[in-house]
Parts: sequence; structure tokens; C-alpha cells
Amino acid sequence: MTKVCTTALVILMAGPAQSDDRRSGFEFMGPTTQSMQTDDMANPGMLAVLAGERLWNEPAGLSEQSCQTCHGDPEGEMRGVAARYPAFDEVAGTAVDISGRVNLCRTRHQRADPLPHENADLLALVTLIGLQSRGLPIQPDPDPRLTEWRARGEAYYETRVGQLNLSCAQCHDENAGGHLGGAPIPEAHPTGYPIYRLEWQAMGSLQRRLRGCFTGVRSEPWPYGSDGYIALEAYLMQRAAGMTMETPAVRP
Amino acid sequence: MWGKVALAAAVLTASGAVAQGLPDPLTDTPGDPTRGRAVVVDRQLGLCLLCHTGPFPEVPFHGDLAPDLTGVGTRLSPAEMRLRLVDSRAVNAESIMPPYHSLDGLTRVAALWEGKTILDAQQVEDVVAFLTTLTEEPE
Ligand code: HEC
Ligand code: HEC
Repeated sequence: MTKVCTTALVILMAGPAQSDDRRSGFEFMGPTTQSMQTDDMANPGMLAVLAGERLWNEPAGLSEQSCQTCHGDPEGEMRGVAARYPAFDEVAGTAVDISGRVNLCRTRHQRADPLPHENADLLALVTLIGLQSRGLPIQPDPDPRLTEWRARGEAYYETRVGQLNLSCAQCHDENAGGHLGGAPIPEAHPTGYPIYRLEWQAMGSLQRRLRGCFTGVRSEPWPYGSDGYIALEAYLMQRAAGMTMETPAVRP
Repeated sequence: MWGKVALAAAVLTASGAVAQGLPDPLTDTPGDPTRGRAVVVDRQLGLCLLCHTGPFPEVPFHGDLAPDLTGVGTRLSPAEMRLRLVDSRAVNAESIMPPYHSLDGLTRVAALWEGKTILDAQQVEDVVAFLTTLTEEPE
């Protein structure tokens, strides 16, 4: 109750909430997990980056071309890309996230099969691309065709679902900072994806994280790659605009 | 015409019942406090301690999103407890407490749980019987 009132007050005084009081999931973690993320030698996500660098240079598909052939070194053209996705794809006529983009490059340009969701190679490439935005502020793509996606994402975020009948907002806005059992409830900012999650003992995408929250409230998760996830991702990135990218983050 | 009168009476009873709680037990078998306690502490079944804390020293990591259940037996009548368990939205439409024995308005429920309430009627009675025993004052 007090929490809700304070938030309302802050918004009244400071205008629409921006960068000020938002906190990344990083700040809800203990010091050991935090230093696992900040120390590149200890961060398991850096292994995915290494695998990603190898794949970046590897020709694939009938075209025999690699990512490098078209884009050069990842440090160049890929800088800031992850900080503005999802983006709208003209040809497909739909919004895509970075995994979707990598798979479009595979099918269109490399003439290779798309990689399945949560496939280690796909996660490695997306982690490598995400690293090129580490330290940069989230800057959502201003393309007006994304507005409708964000609006749908926001509607999903506010809708109660599942047998436990809870919405994202009820946990991540109204009860962020509280504890669900032993777990601190973070504010659901997508700053660190793909992440290495200790509970998974593996890298995972934002879609995998969202599926976890759906399953938690006993709601049927959409299949991987569904528009609903892209809409939620677009909304969460907008909600986190200006916050700093952390990929590859570590989370409990 | 008679139909209308009957309907009006039913609505009256329903709203009156909401004000006071649900005085009638959901089953004929009296609630068993021991079984009720087991439901409350079970993380897959009652899920209560995900949000609430209470006199359950053997359970690690209680949540802090909801009132302490210590002493709830002196604060609420069984009828009031039963209503909050069956559907807390009857008391507070915005409540985060899941509806334990109602399917009203649920959407996108996972196939495994579709058409099932979180607790069955007897489990609700068992939990009410247990909560009634929580008469200790909070520290
Ligand atoms: C019942 C509470 C609850 C609900 C409802 C819920 N979440 Fe979560 N969420 C959590 C908790 C707790 C965590 C922290 C990790 C953990 O312990 O599972 C989390 C983690 C997250 C994260 C990771 C944040 C980070 O720092 O990496 C995101 C993103 C997220 N949730 C988004 C959502 C969205 C979107 C929805 C709705 C579709 C949702 N959550 C619904 C409790 C919830
Ligand atoms: C997801 C969170 C959540 C879960 C799970 C939950 N509750 Fe609650 N409960 C609440 C909140 C929040 C309140 C405060 C009133 C409100 O907002 O509805 C509450 C209120 C109550 C009250 C009234 C307390 C008082 O002092 O007035 C009782 C009794 C209660 N809950 C029992 C239970 C039991 C028993 C279970 C498990 C079978 C349970 N709750 C599960 C969130 C929860």
C-alpha cells in the first residue's frame, strides 16, 4: 500500500517515470552473483560470446557466406543493434527480435535452415550481438509500425492470466522489491538478455524467461517465436528505454 | 413474475453473504486442521507462504507480499476466511491472492489446470479449520 502511494507521488512530482527510479534485475542480486556478472573471467555468458565469435566467421548454408562476409567484424555494424530491437521487417511485414533477425539472415542470405529457439548456436550469436550494446542505453526503434506491437505488449502485461490469475504488472510494478517465497521480485527490465541463469545452468533468451513467468502463474505459455512474445519484448524495451544494456547478464 | 422475485431474493442473499463472508461450509465433512496446515505449508498445493508469513518455523523463505497469518483466527471469522479463500476478489477486486475455489473470469489457464480450482472444497474447509486455530498474538 505504502509502496503504491510513494510511486504515485514520485510520478506526480517527476512526470512520467524515466531512468530515475527504475532498477535492473542486477540490483536485486547478492554480491556474489553480481561479481559473477561483472567479471568477464567468471561470467559464463562470455563462453557463449566466444562460441558466437567462431560462428560469426563460419560460412553456412548454400551461399557459403558467413555473418562476417556481409557485416564485417561484430564490433562495427552490430554496435547498438540489440539496444533498439525488436524492429520491423519490411519483407516479412512483422516485428522481429534479434533471434528472429539472425534466422532471417540465415534463410534469406545464407540460404541455411533457421536455428530452433534456445539452440546453443543461436543463443551464442545473439549473445555476441548483445555484447556490442553492453554499456549503451536502450533506445527503442522509433518506427511507427512498432507502436501497435508495444500497445499489444502493454495489454498483455496488464492482463491477469492463468489459474493463479495474476498479471505481469501485479508482480513487477505493484510488488517489485517484495519477496515471492525467497525470491526478490525484480522490475522485469530486459536489460541483460540473453542471460546465464543459475537455475537453468545455461544461457537463455528473454522468451524463455517470459515462459517461466507464465508457467509460474499456471498459464499456458505461447509457443516460442509467437507474436505475443515479440509484442511483450517490444513493450518491455520501451518501458526500459534509457536503461543500460548488460548483456550477457547473470541471474539467479 | 415469481421468477423475478426469486431472482431478486437470490441476489440479496448473495450480496448479504458477501458482506459477512460465506457462513455455510462447502462440504458436510468438518474441516481437519492438521490436513489444513499441510495444505498451507505446501509450495505446490496451497502456495500460501509464497506471499504470506506466519507461525511456520520449519518452512524457509516466507514471502512478504501479504499479511502475517499469525493470529488470523482472532481477526477473522470462519465465514470471512472461507470467502477470502474461495475468491478474494469478492473482498478486494484488485487482490493478488489467487481465487482458490473459483474459476470466474480465468483466462489462458495451462492445459494441466484447465477447469480445475486450486483447492477442492474439502481442502478449503481444512484450511479454514486450521486458520481458526491461529489465535496467538503476533510478536
Ligand atoms: C507471481 C509473480 C510474477 C508474475 C505474475 C510474473 N513474474 Fe516475472 N518474475 C517474477 C520473479 C519472482 C522473477 C525473478 C526470477 C525468479 O525468481 O523467478 C521474475 C523475473 C522476470 C524477468 C527477468 C528480469 C531480469 O532481471 O532478468 C522478466 C523480464 C519478467 N519476470 C517478466 C514478466 C512478464 C512479462 C510477466 C507477465 C507475462 C511476468 N514476468 C509475470 C515473478 C513474476
Ligand atoms: C499471490 C499472493 C497470495 C497467496 C498465494 C495467498 N494469499 Fe492470502 N492474501 C494475500 C493478500 C495480498 C492479502 C491481503 C488482502 C487482499 O489484498 O486481498 C491476503 C489476505 C489473506 C487473508 C486475510 C488476512 C487478514 O489478516 O485479514 C487470509 C486469511 C489469507 N490471505 C489466507 C491465505 C491462505 C490460507 C493462502 C493459501 C491457501 C493464501 N492466503 C495465499 C495474498 C496471497
